[in-house]
Amino acid sequence: MEVKNANAAMLSNYEVFKLLTDLKEQRKDSGKSKHSTGQQNLNTIMYETLKYLSKTPCSRQTPEIVKEFLTTMMPHKLTKAEKLQLLNHRPQTAVEIQLMVEESEERLSEEQIEELIHTVADILPGDPEQENAAPADAEMDEAVEQS
Amino acid sequence: MFVLVEMVDTVRIPPWNFQRQLNDAIAEELNKKLANKVVYNVGLCICLYDITKLEDSYIFPGDGASHTKVHFRYVVFHPFLDEILLGKIKYCSQEGVHVTMGFFDDILIPPESLQQPAKFDEAEQVWLWEYETDEGAHDLYMDQGEEIRFRVTDEVFVDTSPTGPAAAATDTPAQPGQSAPPPEDSGEKKEAPYTLIGTICDPGLGLLSWWNS
Repeated sequence: MEVKNANAAMLSNYEVFKLLTDLKEQRKDSGKSKHSTGQQNLNTIMYETLKYLSKTPCSRQTPEIVKEFLTTMMPHKLTKAEKLQLLNHRPQTAVEIQLMVEESEERLSEEQIEELIHTVADILPGDPEQENAAPADAEMDEAVEQS
Repeated sequence: MFVLVEMVDTVRIPPWNFQRQLNDAIAEELNKKLANKVVYNVGLCICLYDITKLEDSYIFPGDGASHTKVHFRYVVFHPFLDEILLGKIKYCSQEGVHVTMGFFDDILIPPESLQQPAKFDEAEQVWLWEYETDEGAHDLYMDQGEEIRFRVTDEVFVDTSPTGPAAAATDTPAQPGQSAPPPEDSGEKKEAPYTLIGTICDPGLGLLSWWNS
């Protein structure tokens, strides 16, 4: 076996998540082959990777969201690796952005970092459980005020 | 976190699989060979992405199976240097904090890369961060199962291909001056073929609960 190119392309978590979910559907339909001993490794790695990825923001993304995110990120002049990390992690605080963007104090002003946080929060869908907690509190405050 | 790797290999399809579509049979063989395995200096192979080229299939004398040279692309887990990853603490030991990501286990954060000052609690076998504030020192424990954010600082590939039989250690009788040869057949320590070394020494890294206000 020969490795022609060990780094042909970088894949976002979303692309791998989609590939594995499609493969799982395909194997579910075909039925018998997946239980043979040879397929155990593939089953294990697919199960574990899907389990890990389904708890990350990539499980809620679509190709359109990714395209919109990358177009909005163009003016900020970030490297490919930095954009990929923002896409995979969906940072919500300035500290997280500083971790992922190299030399962020020199390249981005505070308003730009705030702008990045807002863009990320707007375009990339967040965890519905986390977001339900906030509006629920706001609703309760309104109900208390009205009564 | 994941990269696409272009590879070339010759795939053997046994005669009893000739009724299947060639692409499907080859995809299954490639996954059987590479999925969940580490390729030296490449990474942990996840699954086949696509087949880019199939060359002619040949049957050789003495073997009824067909041999096909395949050019394909494989999804491989290979985080780049300084990438931020999320994992769970598996356990702590003197060597540091062992982190797992579910599909990949061999991640180590050595003691010098923990948030300083750090101390190892022998009784509970857990590392902790002695966090100083104006009110006094808090001990932040790194418990098992906690989610942790870390940065990749190094990767170690070990070639675990089988070596020849142990070199005549059992033939030569032990002489008074020599130390006894290590017991190589029983209790061999299995080395992980691919290990990631991480750090949590920067603001924002470490347990998620430390930074979520």
